[in-house]
This record gives sequence, structure tokens and C-alpha cells, in this order.
Amino acid sequence: MCMRVENHVVLDTAPSGRLVTITVDGQPVEAFEGEAILAALLAKGIIINRYTVKKQEPRGLFCGIGQCTDCAMIVDGKPNVRTCITPVRAGMVIETQNGLGKAGA
Amino acid sequence: MLEREIVVVGAGPAGLSAAIEAAGAGARVLCIDLNMRPGGQLFKQIHKFFGSSAHRSGTRGIDIGRMMLDEAEDKGVELWLGSTVIGLFPGNKVGVRHGQDGTAGAFVTVHAQKIIVAAGASENVVRFDGWTTPGVMGAGAAQTMVNVNHVKPGRRVVMLGSGNVGLIVSYQLMQAGCEVAALVEAAPKIGGYAVHAAKIARAGVPIYTSHTIKRVVPDESGRVCRVVIVGLDDAFQEIPGTEREIEADTVAIGAGLKPTTELLALLKCDFTFHPVWGRVPLHNRDMETSQEGVYIAGDTTGVEEANTALEEGRIAGISAAAALGYLSEDEAKARKDEIWARLAALRMGPFGEKREQAKQDILSAFDESRGGLAAV
Amino acid sequence: MPLLKCGYLTYEELRALRAVPSDARYAKGPVAVIECVQEIPCNPCETSCPSRAICVGDPIVNLPCLAEEQCTGCGMCVAKCPGMAIFVVDKAYSDTTATVGFPYEYFPLPEEGAAVTAVDRAGQPVCGGTVVRVMNPKAFDHTPVVTVEIPKAFADEVRGIERGTC
Repeated sequence: MCMRVENHVVLDTAPSGRLVTITVDGQPVEAFEGEAILAALLAKGIIINRYTVKKQEPRGLFCGIGQCTDCAMIVDGKPNVRTCITPVRAGMVIETQNGLGKAGA
Repeated sequence: MLEREIVVVGAGPAGLSAAIEAAGAGARVLCIDLNMRPGGQLFKQIHKFFGSSAHRSGTRGIDIGRMMLDEAEDKGVELWLGSTVIGLFPGNKVGVRHGQDGTAGAFVTVHAQKIIVAAGASENVVRFDGWTTPGVMGAGAAQTMVNVNHVKPGRRVVMLGSGNVGLIVSYQLMQAGCEVAALVEAAPKIGGYAVHAAKIARAGVPIYTSHTIKRVVPDESGRVCRVVIVGLDDAFQEIPGTEREIEADTVAIGAGLKPTTELLALLKCDFTFHPVWGRVPLHNRDMETSQEGVYIAGDTTGVEEANTALEEGRIAGISAAAALGYLSEDEAKARKDEIWARLAALRMGPFGEKREQAKQDILSAFDESRGGLAAV
Repeated sequence: MPLLKCGYLTYEELRALRAVPSDARYAKGPVAVIECVQEIPCNPCETSCPSRAICVGDPIVNLPCLAEEQCTGCGMCVAKCPGMAIFVVDKAYSDTTATVGFPYEYFPLPEEGAAVTAVDRAGQPVCGGTVVRVMNPKAFDHTPVVTVEIPKAFADEVRGIERGTC
């Protein structure tokens, strides 16, 4: 089931960006350019963004406005990117982050 | 160092209305917001606003947001988006990480003759067993997903909290095509407006007052799959044997908000603790803090709603512009008095009077602190 | 009171709190039923009424009052009320049926003529009904007003319909 909101009584939900492909943990995923990375993943049912440092617990969307860092992932090799406020660009490489996202962390 | 007459921190309803007023009076205004899009929470508010129809009530928040952006552009307000104010420093210096997206940015210092802080608020959380499980989120986060990102945060949601946020977001989740399995409230009474509760009751959402979430249970994928709620007695203690399980993949927590005040603490503005709002900065009827030339407006002053934030922003904008000489004292006073009268009307009735009292307490505490200093 | 515990009122509770149209007025045809019982700062119902039948006045936390003889049952206030707390009830629709008009901000909208399940203020099914009108003009600003025909006995209970799935 698609998790995108379609056919809304108040909102025009037609995507504004073009459809592009990004890579998520090695798999190609379609997303709309300019939308939040987190939203593109949620639309595909991907809800775990990272695992915590000490207990390796899963974390996902929590605040949605860039305050809490629960949705941090590795984006184009850079760890700790808040995916809820970072827009999709064509060809982005996204990885689920383990701990601090560095080798050995 | 860059020079601006007025720097406004935050481009939500309070910040934008402050910027529009000040720029309209002739001041050079820079408005800074950490988001990629201005408007703050207005673009999540797809419902029609309450308030006086003389001031855009009956209009949806998103449409008010659009009108304000047009107005800000007309008035020549300079807008920095994707830019975070990282500090306010003595001598009216504003430290900014100036960037156009969430990953990069240059650090710049702006010297401002006047500063208006309209930084809004952040959501409170409730820590039940399993509250960090993916699928548990703030009600505001769920609202952002459906109304801004046009993505459902889950299929079946349990909402915790019956304030206006919990009630409105429950409704908006259903409008987006999610199911709302239940709304749970620890207090014995619904906290928000009865008309908002009636909308979701009519849609078949069971409302459990005197209940809370005891724990959430994840499935093998790690996501919430069951929510266990429990009845509470008059002392908010769990009543044994009243647990019940609700199937849901999402929990949204609408447990109130707290003002974002760190920047004002950095400047050593005077604060008070008020039982209604928590720890908040003191301000006077110009919305000026104990630091001369530093003004505040909106949820930063104590959490209310968009209507009051818009009006407080106007006062702050007028005050700052008048202090720079763009408005005569008489004109500024007349306009501010009019706005204070409208604010008083918005703070009437059983829901508003607590906030009116809180506001009066804060204004008096400001006067007392000034009087105290003068005596020294 | 269920209102503050469960989020809804019964019609009897509403009548105890607020004036509802008189039986004589109901007998004349469509009329607004205002289910607004808390003093909140709000007055679009007053300014939206083309017949000036609703009065809030100053201060705007006053509860709205309906001059029932002036009300034409046009439904402007139904779409305009931010609380979605106004309904248009026509108990004179036919000998055996009444109509209830309510705000309905969900897609898909029901089709005119469709058979639907009518629900009460608690969202519980009450009876079957037929959609007689779906109005969604620009002036309603994305708050469609749906009117259903139901057995007359349920006119004070029915306040919505079961939603279709997207």
C-alpha cells in the first residue's frame, strides 16, 4: 500500500518535484526531488533510520522538524544528517546509520 | 559584520507579522528561519481558524500563511531560510549559520539595532514503556508528515492527549486517509475545544479520558504493532485490571508544548516561572524583554495559538520600528492599544482567561523587576 | 456529561444547554441547529449569515444566538463554522423523512443519490439514508456540505455518515 496522501479535500497533494532515483542501503528507491528524505522513505514503508550507539535500538521519525535527530542517516557518506529537513536530490546515496555512523562506532 | 536595523528570529506567524509591521513602517528587516520554507506551523494548519472574522478567522492557516508571505515580500522583508541563529551576544550581535539547506552553511555575524525573537515552541513527550519505538512520534510530527510532506506516518494511529493539538491532528490524520484507533487522555476531561472533540467523535473515534498509554509493543520489524492503555484514578494512578490492547502501528503524542527560549537565556534576559507556561522570559507591553532592544512574540513568550502569536508579533514589530523612529510615539501607542484590546478578546472565556491572567502576571512581574532595579 | 468525557453531546443535553429551534420553526422547513456550547473566541457564523439570523456580538466569546424566523436554512454557516458545529435540519422534507445537512471534509465525497449509513454524534450507525445534495462551491472553501434524507424519527440524532475509504 502506498503511504502517500492522495485525493485530499483541502490540500493539493500533487508532487512539485520530478521523480528521481536515490539509493537506500544499496537499493534504488524512487523519490520526488525536493521532498524530505524521510518522507520519501516513509512513502516506501521504510521507518527505521538509525540504530543507537550503546544499545543498537532502532530509531525513526519523532519530531519531524529537525530538533530531535532521531531520523539521522548517512547521506552521501556524511553521517548525522537529519533526514526530516534535508531535501532529496537525484542520485543521493542514503544509508541506515549505526551508532555515530563512523567505522568502528 | 553585516548590519541590519531589525533582525527577526523565526518566520512563523509571530515572526512574520513582526517583520511585516516593522518593514511596513519603513525599517530594514531581516527575518531568519532554520526551515527551508517560511510560515512556521501555519502551513500545517489546514483547518479554519477561530477568532474574529474581522481578522481572518474562518480562513485556513495555510491560506493565512500564503497571504503573509506575499505581504512580507511586498514590504521588502529580507528572508534567510535554512539558516539557524546559533547565538545572541551582547551588543546586539546575532550569530547565524547561513545556509540554503540542512547540510552546509557559512557562519556570519549580523549586528542588529533591534532583535525580535519569535522562536516558537517544541513538543513535550510522555515516557511510557517503549516510547522510543519507531512509530511513536510527536503529534506535530504526524501533522507535518500528512499536511506538509503528504505522507502518512502510519496506517492506524493512537493519539495521546486531548488538547487542541491532539484533537485537530487526529482529525487531520483521518482527512489524510489514516485511521485513528483511539484518543487517550490522562485527565478526567477533554482538554481542548469540545467542537474539535465532537468532530472526531462523530467520525467514530473512541475517546478514553482517565486513561494513559502503559506500553507499546513492537513487531518483529521493530515497529509499533500494539498499544496497551490503562485506566487512571483521580490521583492519576493506574487502576489494576483496566489494561486493554489496541492494534495500531503509530502513536502520536500531543502532550503540550514548551516555549523555545534558549537564545533569550544566552542574553541573560530576566525569566520567571509561571504555572501556566513554565519558565518564560519577562516582557512589557511593548513585548520588550529586560534587555533593551530585544523583543519577543508568540509561543516563545508562553504557548498559546496562532491568532495570539500574530497579534503579539504585530506589537513587537510596531515597538521596534517606533524605537528606531519610524513611527511616532502616539501612532505606535494607538496601534498597540488596539492590538492589546483584540488580544484581550481572544483571551476571554473558559479557555482564554487562564492565559489572560498569565499574561498579566508576566507584565506585572516585568514592572516589579524594573521597579526593583530603579530602587537599587 | 458525555461532552467532556467522550467528546459528544446528546440532543437532550444540547437542549438543556442551548436553545434549539422550536417545533413550530422545525415544521416550516430547513433551519440551522447550532451545537456550540463553549465560550470560545469565534464569530464567523455571525458574519457569514446572509440573513443576519445569527448574533454573537461583542465580546466574540459570546455563544451564538439564532433568530429562527430569520434563518432560511441556506447552510452558509455550516461551511463557515471553524468548529463544524452547525447543522441544517429540515423536518418538513416529506411526511416520513427529514434531511440533515452537515460539513464533510473528507474525500471521496459521497455521490448524490447514494445509499449511506447515517451516524449519530458518537459516530455510531443510526439508520440508512440517501444523499440528496453535495455542495462544494468555492465560497465554502473546501468544506463540502452533505445533506442526507433519513427517517424523520432520527432527525435530532443523525449528524454525519460513515466514511468511504480512499
